[in-house]
Amino acid sequence: MAGVAGSTRQRSRIAPYLMILPAMAYLGVFYVVPFFSLLRTSLSEMVGSIYLPTLSFSWNFGNYARALGDYREQILRSFGYALTATVLCLLLAFPLAYVIAFKAGRFKNLLLGLVILPFFVTFLIRTIAWKTILADDGWVVDALGTVGLLPSEGRLLSTSWAVIGGLTYNWIIFMILPLYVSLEKIDSRLLEASRDLYAGNRRMFGKVILPLALPGVLAGSLLVFIPSVGDFINADYLGSTETTMIGNVIQTQFLVVKDYPVAAALSFVLMALILAGVLLYTRALGTEDLV
Amino acid sequence: MTVAGVTGLSRPGRNFRGTFRLGDLALRVAAGLVLLFLFIPILVIVVFSFNDPAGKFNYTWQGFTLDNWAHPFKYPALTDALKLSLNVAAVSTAIAVVLGTLVAIALVRQRFRGRTAVDTFLILPLTSPEVVMGASLLTLFLGLGWATGYVTILIAHVAFEVSFIAMTVRARIRGFDWTLEDASLDLGAGPGRTFLRVTLPLIVPGIVAAAMLSFALSLDDFIITYFVSGSTVTYPLYVNAATKAAVPPQINVLATAILLISLILLAVGTLYRRRRG
Repeated sequence: MAGVAGSTRQRSRIAPYLMILPAMAYLGVFYVVPFFSLLRTSLSEMVGSIYLPTLSFSWNFGNYARALGDYREQILRSFGYALTATVLCLLLAFPLAYVIAFKAGRFKNLLLGLVILPFFVTFLIRTIAWKTILADDGWVVDALGTVGLLPSEGRLLSTSWAVIGGLTYNWIIFMILPLYVSLEKIDSRLLEASRDLYAGNRRMFGKVILPLALPGVLAGSLLVFIPSVGDFINADYLGSTETTMIGNVIQTQFLVVKDYPVAAALSFVLMALILAGVLLYTRALGTEDLV
Repeated sequence: MTVAGVTGLSRPGRNFRGTFRLGDLALRVAAGLVLLFLFIPILVIVVFSFNDPAGKFNYTWQGFTLDNWAHPFKYPALTDALKLSLNVAAVSTAIAVVLGTLVAIALVRQRFRGRTAVDTFLILPLTSPEVVMGASLLTLFLGLGWATGYVTILIAHVAFEVSFIAMTVRARIRGFDWTLEDASLDLGAGPGRTFLRVTLPLIVPGIVAAAMLSFALSLDDFIITYFVSGSTVTYPLYVNAATKAAVPPQINVLATAILLISLILLAVGTLYRRRRG
């Protein structure tokens, strides 16, 4: 055996590549290659008999025209719902994250544990529970009807707001945690300094807390928006045929109708729109500090 | 504005402190309400595990019974689905932990060309919507002519877990004092002993946290699994199929049991960490 220092130095030139190789190879085969196969599918057409159709690659851009033409309504609705859910998550998560970061004292870890706990129940079961809560013969509809906040034939289930509420509930944890992390990092001396300089609550919030929480806002928004816009469970369980989202269309086209080319084209449209949205958003907030 | 500022400057009035307290209270109440919001469906799930439903669906309250808790494994299909999901979560996490941890250590410890590219590439799977990941994997399996089932579910789960694990481990081990390794080597411990006694204890908590996250993600995954499962039924897939046919209260019983087990693990973990300081 050569000297320890010598041997480690010699190893280190190829060692990092050997260490990243297995994961990169895996993601190459099962993440990158599938995208090319999806791309290829989106430019193919179904040929042969109706009972046993096969895919034939033919630079068929018509799939994209069909995806954008036939499903524009669902695309717009998905982005509207996901955007609303993201804003709601931000509004709801901020006070909770703020209190845990600044006011919880020795209960900080307990509160964080409590925040995470509901998410140990499977996403689908939580959504079914909301279905029970919002049901037409449930006590929430009854109570709202009695108070007069809901017309006698009014419903909560199967409305746009039920779907948006479901999206908000299911992904709010991804807003709370990054917000908490960025608020936690704020040096309390900065808050004292702003107090000493006679900043009121509003100014302290606008000039000190919010700018420093921005990385958390950014990360949280993306972590909520991206899964929301592609989701189909909330629309399926809590919505109606009037609240169909792009995810529902992709899922049905792929697994029920089996019109693979249009479904693949829709997936790419969704990806492209998300990417464009993310780029615009990160540029608008003026921070590239994502992690 | 300026006048108010100046008067505030000369004497920090009672008024200011008053609104501050009120705002503080409002903030705490708002936070409490949001926390309550997080627990509303959980309470419903726990309460309905004691329901004695009249029809096939456990959606409306009929009456209290302990029968469901006495027979949690009454439906073999549900139990089998849960077992399969635990199996998939364990096996896929074991594979993904090895792949992800190696990348994380390389990213933190080594300087090499293409490091930032690897970093960016790892974020990509986290930013792709699940429905697109599921769809793209399905087109790959269709193209290859592979039958979808246990193996394809495993492949898909490892694919989305690797990034999560690499990112979590990387975040946990960044900023560690790696000179401890040099110290150990200088004090005459061999490379093997240094790895076992110094490096491993440093990185293990990060790996455990990442593995738990990955396990939970796998157990909970519905969308990607739905695309690549064929006729194989995991726990979330069983639950989804149940909503179309019959929802037995045993679903609530098992969900509550999983919640309790998680709560106990959380408590034990917290106590263990506190004892270790």
